[in-house]
Amino acid sequence: MPDTRYLLLAAAVSAAVNWTLRAVPFTVLASLRASKTLQYLSATMPSGIMVILLVYCLRDLPLPQAHAIAPLAALVATVGLHLWRRNALLSIIGGTTVHVALASTVFAS
Amino acid sequence: MLPVAVSDPPRPAPTPPVRRRTEALAALKDSASVGLGLLPLGLALGVVITHAGLPRWCAPLFAAVVYAGSFEFLLVGLTVAAAPLATVALTGFMVNARHVFYALSFPLHRVQGRLGKAYSTFALTDEAYAMTTGGQARSWSGARILSLQAILQVYWVGGATVGALLGSLIPDRVTGLDFAMTALFAVLALDAVAERRGDLPTPVLALLSALAARAVLPGQMLPVAFALFTVALLVRHLATRKRPSHA
Repeated sequence: MPDTRYLLLAAAVSAAVNWTLRAVPFTVLASLRASKTLQYLSATMPSGIMVILLVYCLRDLPLPQAHAIAPLAALVATVGLHLWRRNALLSIIGGTTVHVALASTVFAS
Repeated sequence: MLPVAVSDPPRPAPTPPVRRRTEALAALKDSASVGLGLLPLGLALGVVITHAGLPRWCAPLFAAVVYAGSFEFLLVGLTVAAAPLATVALTGFMVNARHVFYALSFPLHRVQGRLGKAYSTFALTDEAYAMTTGGQARSWSGARILSLQAILQVYWVGGATVGALLGSLIPDRVTGLDFAMTALFAVLALDAVAERRGDLPTPVLALLSALAARAVLPGQMLPVAFALFTVALLVRHLATRKRPSHA
């Protein structure tokens, strides 16, 4: 097991990198707030970014194999529940439950 | 001429305590849907940490201090293998480089005070970004945004801590809790796309950017996809802006 000092340092390094990436761009962009192009980007980017993050989560889908069925079925459950009830929590818990049930039993590796 | 009005927008008055409490309550309600999705995910992180053999206190520590969902799952593997700190830093940089783009649309200008802005940028997760850039968030005050971010982190740290405590009770063969993250982004994407109903090209460009990045540079999919998507939007913006003048 890694020692305590190493774990604390790893957490500190990660936190520093992370915060820098989140905070520094604002100091650069502050002067560009009035730009029409920037306003266009800020209106269109959020929806696209969520689509990209979703694809990223599914990037390792083992498509031709049966293992892919568990995440795909769970995704269908999530999207279906969300289109039906529009309740984010219900969709997330429903989809995750389907995934845990399938991945831990029928499609256990 | 009004030089004062031109040089600096009037500063909003500091939020009085009573108003702040109602803003926090509103944020609690806002967080009830998507935000609560962080609970199962945090739980999964806690379970993964104990199953990996790391000490339990790593769960609240990572969740509170690092606070970058997908990277924390990677950090578990890195620390178990005792990866060099430089590798940890580089991986963190690559996985979280996407946050650079969030400064384009996150309403940090509404958050007041140095401390507030400092925390707000620290807690600028994908979920916080998604919830504060949506249409209904356009009227949210800085206090409401900050409260929401703090509540989201409480869910995350709470979930991870409980997960770490229960981790040893959950048998190893129960897997797949981490799908909560996929489900979370599926919900966020559906909501964001539905909100801009007339704007089909944006999600299509995003999807194409993601697939292209996955095919060309799978190891650096996220930063490549975000860069491609930004370039595609800029090209589209230029093209649609020029058209009326030519017609």
